[in-house]
Order: sequence, then structure tokens, then C-alpha cells
Amino acid sequence: MSIDIDTAHRVAKLARIAVDEADLPALAQELSGILGFMEQLNEVDVTGVEPMTSVTPMRLKRRADVVTDGNIQAQILSNAPDAREGFFAVPKVVE
Amino acid sequence: MSSANTLTIAQARDALRARTLSAAELTEACLTAASDAKALNAFVHDTPEIAQAQAAAADARLASGDAPALCGIPLGIKDLFCTRGVPSQAASNILAGFKPEYESTVTQQLFDAGAVMLGKLNMDEFAMGSSNETSAYGNAISPWRRAGSDAALTPGGSSGGSAAAVAADLCLGATGTDTGGSIRQPAAFTGIVGLKPTYGRCSRWGIVAFASSLDQAGPMGKSVRDVAIMMGAMAGHDPKDSTSADLPVPDFEAALTGDIRGRKIGLPREYRMEGMPAEIERLWADGADMLRDAGAEIVDISLPHTKYALPAYYVIAPAEASSNLARYDGVRYGHRAALVPGDGITQMYEKTRAEGFGKEVQRRIMIGTYVLSAGFYDAYYRRAQRVRSLIKRDFDMAFADGIDAILTPATPSSAFGLGEMVDADPVAMYLNDVFTVTVNLAGLPGISVPTGVDAQGLPLGLQLIGRPWEEGDLLNHAFVLERAANFAAKPARWW
Repeated sequence: MSIDIDTAHRVAKLARIAVDEADLPALAQELSGILGFMEQLNEVDVTGVEPMTSVTPMRLKRRADVVTDGNIQAQILSNAPDAREGFFAVPKVVE
Repeated sequence: MSSANTLTIAQARDALRARTLSAAELTEACLTAASDAKALNAFVHDTPEIAQAQAAAADARLASGDAPALCGIPLGIKDLFCTRGVPSQAASNILAGFKPEYESTVTQQLFDAGAVMLGKLNMDEFAMGSSNETSAYGNAISPWRRAGSDAALTPGGSSGGSAAAVAADLCLGATGTDTGGSIRQPAAFTGIVGLKPTYGRCSRWGIVAFASSLDQAGPMGKSVRDVAIMMGAMAGHDPKDSTSADLPVPDFEAALTGDIRGRKIGLPREYRMEGMPAEIERLWADGADMLRDAGAEIVDISLPHTKYALPAYYVIAPAEASSNLARYDGVRYGHRAALVPGDGITQMYEKTRAEGFGKEVQRRIMIGTYVLSAGFYDAYYRRAQRVRSLIKRDFDMAFADGIDAILTPATPSSAFGLGEMVDADPVAMYLNDVFTVTVNLAGLPGISVPTGVDAQGLPLGLQLIGRPWEEGDLLNHAFVLERAANFAAKPARWW
């Protein structure tokens, strides 16, 4: 599977990473190279093989459905690039 | 006593308990060594005040007779671990300025055991790399040099700062993390010991996530015993990580009996790569002889799906990374790009992520995005997870046949020069993980032990792979190998 410029553009868009138009051909080529390397997986017969989901069969732990913390607004906002009046601030989302 | 920073953890523990050395003196020796070694760029955030306070508290505990094994032992902490109030950036610009409000479980457990934190250690950005060249802090540099050359070498990656700091005696041990080889490859490149535990043995809580089904924290140290001591404090169930195993933590140090008579060691034929350097071949054969001389039986085994491990890894790891790294959006923490009038929230995301992530991280996010995108999920991610089942089954069958441990080279070569791989295609760099990545996919414990030097005087390591949850047994095999190899080379000081 080789990746063309349009696909590279679409992937960058989906990943929310700005890529200059001028850089798209090189990106497409790089991604194609890596995907080419992955093509080897098609040689493997995986008929009847379940995808691996855990290392050893282990029941996922359950925990009590209770509140264990809270009232830490200042801590939660302390690393925000822009926090105002107790909220995370972002550019206008709705016109 | 020669400088205390050159001690092993076991030696320092005994001296601290005998009160012939104080934690304050030991910490001071390490802080001095670290500040004299800026040229290595191993420590990227120094925390001398924390270290001195922890050392004073450790001395008080030692005086009262309450001295767990790590009490007063100075460690370096990989930047991937969140440490309360201390920059924790995963070597990325996107986390510039981030100071966690909480402590990772592993570092908390180390501190509870009395360990002293000297500072945060360099690494590849988000642990994505094999040479520490993708770090926002710049390259970490190996204390080792080729004989007769002053070319700067890589300490390996992604735990490159950890490896450089331990090898150069800036700390007694360090934490690392290993997603595809990031503890074992740098350990091999710098002549130290590095253990990747069974997936689930150490809590991942508070460790910046790369690929959640593969990431595992582990110790890096100067000896197998030191790694066993650290492991005892790092391991254990954590309710905050639902994938951490609720199993008792054995006394790993007590497992070091040095007796492996009658044990069966497998040599997987698929690890005999075409074009493998003769030095690596010899190292591997010598290692097998050492274990045989110790009374083990050496058996040829087959792990037929080995060649598919790297391509499966480079589907699974980027896929999980693209999901994990979606959280870096410029809203809650870290970097946010400067916006121009008219920019909306999408531009904020796109500009922030373009500025904050380095090239390799962007590349992996985009590969992961592609393989998870509509129409490709089955062809790539699901297929890779099925191949992963087959890779794990290969190991299961070997162990079911009575194999106790598997011996392989740790890396395909000794350390390469910084910058030497710049023009190579990304896949060439990925090949560094060829012997280590299978272990992450299968979730097994693996350890790298230095056993020799190459013609240029650079360290080479062998890897032992163990049964799940049997780190104690694995460490014992490594202990035998370490004693037999008697690796004593140290880098000549130039920094």
C-alpha cells in the first residue's frame, strides 16, 4: 500500500498535526516506506487466530463505584496554558 | 573509600547500614559527579534540594534502625515518570513547563523504600527512539568511546540518559521504561544491567503513556543484584493501574542462588540473523558456554514467528501511541501555539501539535492514525494483534517444552555514533529492536547483561528471556552469566 499526497494530507488532518503543503510529498514517501515494511505481515496465516488481548489470562479488576477524590480544581488547572475563572479557556468553538 | 558514587547499591546499602557512610555523603558524591558530567547531558532536571532532604530523612531512618534496602540510595529517574512538582516532560516540547500535581506509583514506592532522587534523566521523546536523538533536550551522550576516537556515541534509547548516568557513576541506579527494548538496548550499549519485568509487574500509573499494552517500567543498575534490589521496591499491584498484576512480590535478591544446574536454556535459531557481526555470534556462543559450564543444558529451539515481530510492533505501538498522544491538545497542560486572529480550536490543535511534537513522534502518530483509520483497522491493527498471538504462542510452546530461559544477543551491534543514522531510513533505526521487541509483544520478562567488549572496546550485552512472573528465576540465570562473564570494563573518563 503506498500513500499518495492526498492520503498524507488526510492522515495529518485526522491526527490534528499541521503539515505544510510543501512537506506532504516527503511525508507520503516516508509513510509509504514504513507501511511497506509492515506488508510482511500479510505472509502470515492468521486463520483462526484470535487477536492477543492480554499477556496472561487475567480478569480485569473491578473497583468499588465510589468517589475517591474531588475538590482539587486548582490542582487540575495548575498546568493549563490558559485558565480563567476556574475553567480551561480555548478559542471560540461555537459561532 | 574512593568516591562513594562508584559503589553498587548492594555495597552502599551495607556501608549505610554499618554507618560507615551516610546517605548525605553518598548523595553529595553523586550530585558532584552529576554536576561534573554536564557533557553527557544525562540529567536534564536536577533536584538537589529534594535529594538532600530525602538523604537527611534516610539518615534518620538508618539511625533508628528502619532501613529498607534502598534507604539512602541515590537514583536517577527517567523523565517519563511523573514526579510531583518536578518537570516531567517525556523529553518533549509539548510538555514544556509541565509539573505534575501527583507522583507516579513506581517513584512513590521507591521513595517509600527510602530512595533519593537526584534528578530527571534524558530520553527519546515520548520514549520513541533507539538512540536518544529525538529528545527535546538534545542528545544524551555515552560515557563510552571507541578506542582511539573521540567521536560521540549514543548511549542507546529510549532510556539513554538512565544508561549514561549509571555507566558514568552519576547515580547508583536509575529507572527506565521499555516498550520495544528501551531498557535492554541502552543497558547493552553502556555495559550495565537492565531488566524489563513481565507486563503488569510494575504499575504504569503516572508514567507518560506511549503504547499501553507494551509499556513497562524497570530498573537499570551496575549489577544483577542491584537490579534485583530495585525491582523489589518498584514491583507490586496498584489499584490505579487495572493491568497491574495482583500477585505477591517475591524477594528477588534471595532468588540469586547462583545455582542453575539442570536448567534448560533455549537458543532460538531465528535470532541468528543474516549478516550478524562475528563478534555478536561469538558473544552469544560464549554466553551459552558459560551457562553450560554452570550446569545448564543448552537446547536449540525455534520461535518461528520472530521475523514478524518488528512489523507487528510497528503497527501496534504507533496505533496505541496515536490514541494516547491525542491528549496533548494545548488545553490542559504543556505547550499551546500562539494563534492569529481568526484561528479556531482546530487550528489551535494542529499548530500546537505541529510545534510541540518532534519529527519521529509526528511520524508515529500519523502511522498509527492511518492504521486505525476506517477501512484499514482489520488489515493492519487487527492482523498485527493476531500475529502477536502467534509470537506469544511460540514462547508458550518453548516454555511448555521445559525451557527455563532463552538466551539471545541484546542488540545487533555495539553502540553507533550520534548522527550516524540521521540519513538512514526510519526502518533502519527500528532494526535496533530486533532482538528485544518480541519480549514486549509476548509480555515476558527480559534482562540485558554485559558480557564482553567488541574490537573497539565497546560493551556488548546478552539478553535472557524468562517465563512470565518469574523474574526471580530470570535474575538468577542473569546472575550466573554475570559472574561467569566477569565484565569489569568501565568507560575511561573524558567528561
